[in-house]
Amino acid sequence: MSAMSEHAPQERGSLLYDPKVRGYAWQIVLFLIVAFLFYEAYANAVENLTKAKIASGLGFWNNISGFDIGQSLIQYSAATGTYGRAFWVGLLNTLMVASIGCVLATILGFAIGVARLSSNWLVARLATVYVECVRNVPLLLQLLIWYNAVLKPLPNPRESLRFFNDSFALNNRGLYVPDPTWQAGAGVVGWTFALGVLGAILFRWWARRQQAGTGRQYPVGLVALALIVVLPGLVFLIMGRPVEFAYPVLQGFNLRGGVQIFPEFAALLVGLVTYTAAFIAEIVRAGIVSVNRGQTEAANALGLRNGPTLKLVIIPQAMRVIIPPLTSNYLNLTKNSSLAVAIGYPDLVQVFMGTVLNQTGQAIEVIAITMLVYLTISLVTAGFMNWYNARKALVER
Amino acid sequence: MSASIPSAASTRFLRDAFVEPSAPPANMVGPLAWIRERLFSSIGNAILTLATLAFIVWIVPPLLRFFILDSVWTGADREACLSKAGEEVGACWAFVRARFGYFMYGQYPQALRWRVDLTGVLCVLGAVWLLWPRVPQKGWGAVYFFIIFPICAFILLSGSSWLGVEQVPTNLWGGLLVTLVISIVGIVVSLPLGVALALGRRSKLPIVKFFSIVFIEFVRGVPLITVLFMANVMLPLFLPEGMRPDNLLRVLIGVALFAAAYMAEVVRGGLQAMPKGQYEGAMALGLNYPQMMTLVILPQALKIVIPGIVNTFIGLFKDTSLVSIVGIFDLLKTVEVSLADSRWATPVTRPTAYAFAAVIYFIFCFGMSRYSMWMERRLSTGHKR
Repeated sequence: MSAMSEHAPQERGSLLYDPKVRGYAWQIVLFLIVAFLFYEAYANAVENLTKAKIASGLGFWNNISGFDIGQSLIQYSAATGTYGRAFWVGLLNTLMVASIGCVLATILGFAIGVARLSSNWLVARLATVYVECVRNVPLLLQLLIWYNAVLKPLPNPRESLRFFNDSFALNNRGLYVPDPTWQAGAGVVGWTFALGVLGAILFRWWARRQQAGTGRQYPVGLVALALIVVLPGLVFLIMGRPVEFAYPVLQGFNLRGGVQIFPEFAALLVGLVTYTAAFIAEIVRAGIVSVNRGQTEAANALGLRNGPTLKLVIIPQAMRVIIPPLTSNYLNLTKNSSLAVAIGYPDLVQVFMGTVLNQTGQAIEVIAITMLVYLTISLVTAGFMNWYNARKALVER
Repeated sequence: MSASIPSAASTRFLRDAFVEPSAPPANMVGPLAWIRERLFSSIGNAILTLATLAFIVWIVPPLLRFFILDSVWTGADREACLSKAGEEVGACWAFVRARFGYFMYGQYPQALRWRVDLTGVLCVLGAVWLLWPRVPQKGWGAVYFFIIFPICAFILLSGSSWLGVEQVPTNLWGGLLVTLVISIVGIVVSLPLGVALALGRRSKLPIVKFFSIVFIEFVRGVPLITVLFMANVMLPLFLPEGMRPDNLLRVLIGVALFAAAYMAEVVRGGLQAMPKGQYEGAMALGLNYPQMMTLVILPQALKIVIPGIVNTFIGLFKDTSLVSIVGIFDLLKTVEVSLADSRWATPVTRPTAYAFAAVIYFIFCFGMSRYSMWMERRLSTGHKR
């Protein structure tokens, strides 16, 4: 530095005090430090791996894994499944629990958020107690409670709890629900349903045009209900109920028939949904509160009743406040699904970062892949929600 | 009518006292009106109220019976908490009492537990100094809490052969002690680191900005558990032979870096909320970058985001429970380990232990959130519209 400043023209002052030069100097120093750390880490890793005789690279991907996975959305078996296949099984399980969880958490969260603002004191208090209790206890502990203290102590299959005329069964191996098999004629019901949905969309479009043109309003909700629910229901009855359910029945020591929902999945889903819903409830509440009271009063002054006020005035404005934090809560839910490892649900972390890592010992590759997957999910979700947010955001003129 | 007409001066038809207001209708004030207004204002509301009441009646008495009325408070082993002759047995608090020391200190030697207590007292002192607005000399408080206290705590907890304080290896630490150590170290490290990262992200220097963004977005995009695995499994690989940080230190690094990324985003929010005039004013006064930041921008920006910072702390405190997955004996892990003890194996032990852990976590998190709300109200005086 000092050598350089001697050559600098006098009137520019010392280079030592030139903010630009200082900026470059700081950046070079930072870059060198980071580069050195990375180089050191790399060199040490190579040395440590050769000493421990651990292979590197992705060669393990196609090796036979030899371990079983409790539940899988795709074909997988211990004898033929590869580590790569196990990765996909875990990833799909993660995505399944995360996507179902997001939908349910949104519904529950909106309900509780609205309940917190209810004019009914008791309902508002109950919602507050729920939010405070759930938010202030770690999710991991809640998952353990759901899994170990609620679902595991359920009776064994022989003494299953039965609901609705024995069609549902609950025991310590999971929840059994009837498995539907469609009979001849079910196609007609399906087509009626599809037509009903189409008809409802068309009717809504027509009603909007009518309202825009003449100001007359039509009962879109009722018509949609009739077209989507009642009509297929009638056809279903006319066709003679073309569906048969396989009910869970006791065979030996276990229940057969029906769809089994594993306790690990149920505990993870319930835990994630109840936990995230508490956060979403707070976001929804903040969003609704953020809409100026004058908006409600103006809507009332225009003659809107409470329902339309909420639907046409409050919620569209509240959504602008709600969407960005809602996105980060969806991402949190997805990332929190990795806690599945604690209760043994075979998600990405449990299968890949747990079992595969232990078997192959290739920590760097396995952890890097896992992190990349979550990073990708995060970036894709964030990108989508940013796009949605940009569409909904206030257009300032 | 009397014959003598009073003089004009003495004829006054003016009241010099207010008429007592008549009482409002009985059904508009008082508890009855409140009940009508807040609980039974319409048929729908009445149904909602009754349904909620039914729910409360359904859920609260069994919990009350289990955790308080039927609970067992004394006993030496599982015999006390087993149901005899068909009677209902509630929570087994005797188990928690027997294991209380383990839940608090882990396997920290009995004779040296006073050192943990002393550290706790020092920590509370520092926290009160910094957090209670009436206590003066906040600058010294910060020096105490961020420099002096950590050194004292390290010497007290871990010991030092140099000072002649008996050493206690970290694998003996456990329980609430470890939970608090991880969260406090996380807080103390992540706040300055987060501020630095936030400044880096807002910096005009491209390389600094790039590194900050990559770090923040990377860490925020992955779950904590993967960061902990990385700290636990990969960190030893990246360090030269012979440098093996102990397990607790590894997860401390992981948790602190993780929290720092979240803190950085919170602080960035505060920095972005600062009007440009504050920067320009500071520069017009001739302050250089560090002076501008420490004297003008950061004090205001951090003040705005206190709720966000406390939220991050609460998240950090809850997230410390994840270290139990990578084999650190925090509160949750000591509870889980104790549950494996066959001397206390009863159907009610597990719910009791979980309830105990939940209450401890709740007290800390709820306390923090109430403090932040109180502070927010205090700081917002004068800004109310």
